[in-house]
Amino acid sequence: MSTIAVIGMPNTGKSTLFNRLTGHHSQIGNWPGLTVELMQAGLELSGRTLQLVDLPGIYDLRGHSEDEAVMRRFLERSPVDLVLVVLNASQLDRQLRLALQVQRLGLPALVLLNMADEASRFGVRINTEALSSGLALPVQLVSAKYRQGIDSLKNSLVHQLAALEEPAATEQQKRPQTVQQLESRLAAVDAELDAAMADLVERSITLPGRWRDQRTRRLDAVLLHPLLGLPLFFLAMALMFQAIYAIGVPVQEGLAGLLDQFGQLVLQPLLAPLPSLVRGFLLEGLYQGLGTVMVFLPVIALFFLAMGVVEDSGYLSRAAYLMDAFMERLGLDGRSFVLSLMGFGCNVPAILGTRVMRDRGLRLLSMLIIPFSLCSARLNVFLFMAAVFFPARQGGLVIFGLYLTSFLAAMLTALVFRGRFPSEEPLVLELPPYRLPTAGQMITRAWSEVKHFWLWSRRFIIFGVVAVWLLNNLPVGVEPASSASLAGQLGAWMQPVLAPIGINPKLAVALLFGFIAKEIVLGGLAVIYGQADPAALGQAMTADVSVPQAISFMLFTLLYTPCLSTVAVIRSESKQLGFTLLSVAWSLLLAWLVSFLAYQGIRALA
Amino acid sequence: MGAASRLVDLPPGSTATVSALAADAGLRQRLEALGLRPGQAVQVLRRGWWSGPVHVRVGMTELMLRRRDAARVSLDA
Repeated sequence: MSTIAVIGMPNTGKSTLFNRLTGHHSQIGNWPGLTVELMQAGLELSGRTLQLVDLPGIYDLRGHSEDEAVMRRFLERSPVDLVLVVLNASQLDRQLRLALQVQRLGLPALVLLNMADEASRFGVRINTEALSSGLALPVQLVSAKYRQGIDSLKNSLVHQLAALEEPAATEQQKRPQTVQQLESRLAAVDAELDAAMADLVERSITLPGRWRDQRTRRLDAVLLHPLLGLPLFFLAMALMFQAIYAIGVPVQEGLAGLLDQFGQLVLQPLLAPLPSLVRGFLLEGLYQGLGTVMVFLPVIALFFLAMGVVEDSGYLSRAAYLMDAFMERLGLDGRSFVLSLMGFGCNVPAILGTRVMRDRGLRLLSMLIIPFSLCSARLNVFLFMAAVFFPARQGGLVIFGLYLTSFLAAMLTALVFRGRFPSEEPLVLELPPYRLPTAGQMITRAWSEVKHFWLWSRRFIIFGVVAVWLLNNLPVGVEPASSASLAGQLGAWMQPVLAPIGINPKLAVALLFGFIAKEIVLGGLAVIYGQADPAALGQAMTADVSVPQAISFMLFTLLYTPCLSTVAVIRSESKQLGFTLLSVAWSLLLAWLVSFLAYQGIRALA
Repeated sequence: MGAASRLVDLPPGSTATVSALAADAGLRQRLEALGLRPGQAVQVLRRGWWSGPVHVRVGMTELMLRRRDAARVSLDA
């Protein structure tokens, strides 16, 4: 088996290329000496088995960021047969340096000039033969996004690997190699790289006399306008969320109806012979729990679809530009804002995304605010509660209010803690040209996100539902979910703290399980109230819970620890138990205070 | 040293040549990797509201950088 390392700078379409080559069958792999996980995928080509590894985007092999250190450790420890260097064809004037570094290390490599379509649109002319002879490496133009040059790339891979096995290949070229003394060798050639790159650019590339991308120029004049820019951005976001719910909610209701029919008409008769306890567990516990999450998949898919469009179009980096001045005053930067926005999908990848920050203070402060982003798992609780406790017209307003609270909580957190986590990190970001995302790419991406969410939440739900069910039905012989059950006792035990915020013992058990994952909350409530059907659950809840209590429950759910996975990833990324505990304690405290103010305030007013 | 000797002072719309980077190794490497190297022509496209970042173009790349960081980029007068 041959190992191929895929390397390149950020914004070169490296991951798109990786997916085009491997067809989305990648998995997470562990590599010796690396603390981070890398995506890898197998590929069969002309009877050869290739293993492709997608390395993090880097600017410079000698760079100081964590990703750049990961790259160096990888090359020093893992033997590779071939390095695939992916460059943005329209930015060769600066990116060739990375190819030169790889070449100077003597690694067998193939240089790919991706986004060839964009380069020709911008008037960049590339003489690949001159470039190839100048680099002494094969060079190929591709456009991963539009699938151009992929087949010919596969041929080149096979040819090049075969060439390395020929008798003419030197001993050193033949076997997969690791790089020795990487840093000192790069340091030795560093001085001559600038001249070498200038020479290569001179000989093989013709840059346009003037900037050709009028589309980007005109869009930026409006979207980055000093006065209009921010209002337009928030308008775009508001419209995006409106569209998601306008399309998603009817689909969700349709799906809920179908699942309910299936349960009543197919599963119920099928499970009828089983003892009532087992039947109740399977139908009201598992099926209902999984069903409640499944109905939210359309909304979540739409959310990821929309976020994908915003990101791939280039607008997300503009959001960093627009928000940086404001975020700077909170002790954060434009990237923290973008990551928080990504956190509205799921907090876990957003926290992993803080790796792009070098300054520890900035990174920790960003990790502290991201958990307040109202993620898709919490959203499904709120969509349900808003529909049950409020008339249809007010439901949207309630959801909007929760998004606003999420934003304010993040701001408040930054203001409270910025003194403890000061940072001096410079901010230099690329603003890529605006691009039209392709439908296929967006759909594949949304699909893989939804699949991930589903697999992830299914695990938690099965565990959570079993646990809630046990707590409700133990000790043996108690009335389910009564005050004598374990759940009832636990709920009663927490009452001194939770009664002032209007959380009754039943809601307390749901919150306790929400600590594991918010996906469990609805399924848990269904088990606690003994109501499988969403409409019946809604009725049971309105009979038991007042509107101020429901508001307090939603606020608490929004603000306290999102899920155990988030806690785990904060722990592994911060490498500090103390910081992890601070994050959990602060969110619990804030959740309690806000719920207390809301609950007591509304009751005082009413 | 003229008034427009630093990137942060260059008015939007004008172009100048980078002469030196007075930054630590980490920032210098990042700036250079993004094309902001001595000898390169840089154009300021716009500046953000509320002392926000500067939007510049260098070679075929567009960048945003904070004014504090743009002050570290010296230009030929």
